[in-house]
Amino acid sequence: MDTGGRPLSPHLQVYKPQLTSVLSILHRISGIALAVGTVLLVWWLVAASTGVDAFNTVQRVIGSWIGRLCLLGWSFALFYHLCNGIRHLFWDMGQGFELETAYKFGWGVVVVSIALTLIAWIWGYSIMGTL
Amino acid sequence: MSLRTDLGKVRGLGSAKEGVNHWWWQRVTAVALVPLVLWFVASVVGLAGSEIGAVRAWVAWPVSAVLLLLLIGVTFHHMQLGMQVVIEDYVHTNWLKIASIIFVKFAAVILALASAFAVLKIAFVG
Repeated sequence: MDTGGRPLSPHLQVYKPQLTSVLSILHRISGIALAVGTVLLVWWLVAASTGVDAFNTVQRVIGSWIGRLCLLGWSFALFYHLCNGIRHLFWDMGQGFELETAYKFGWGVVVVSIALTLIAWIWGYSIMGTL
Repeated sequence: MSLRTDLGKVRGLGSAKEGVNHWWWQRVTAVALVPLVLWFVASVVGLAGSEIGAVRAWVAWPVSAVLLLLLIGVTFHHMQLGMQVVIEDYVHTNWLKIASIIFVKFAAVILALASAFAVLKIAFVG
């Protein structure tokens, strides 16, 4: 950005990270990650409509260790964005702005999104019979 | 003293000429996505490790076909609304900002149509 040689005021790096600010930026990062992740959803559906070979290719990519790692990240991003999105909807209704409530809901979002991710993966592995 | 006309105040569209339209639809799509996403994740986890036949049968089932089409439409609408805000906040070079927003909107439409077409093909052609 061209400032015409004028100094810039201190930016984010001078502030100590807090739960509320970290969760806020994580909401954006998870949203961007999910936007990228939709490509996998499209690929999976298109491959299923194309044929066995195309579908098996997707399954192989998703089933590889790097594919599973990406899927783990995306599933957490999805649950986090979902839970924190609900927190945002309460704020939109003018609720929960008190500092204590904001922190309580914030930690709640962290705990619930990690728990949902774990439940989804344990459930998935038990369905595949590999647990 | 406000220089805004009475008609302008009543319309409530502001200088961007679309009022709270963008903000409102971001919220409406978010509410719709809560049950849709939970249903989708539960279904996909249930399909873990399945062969193509089982996946196709699930997609072709009328209930999941309709919900999938809904999920696709709402997801990509929500995605392009959100990405637009992110781009507007961080990209300050005007031509790049406009080009990025147009790219995201085009990508959202293409991805949505491709996946909706795949669902319809599985449902009607097999």
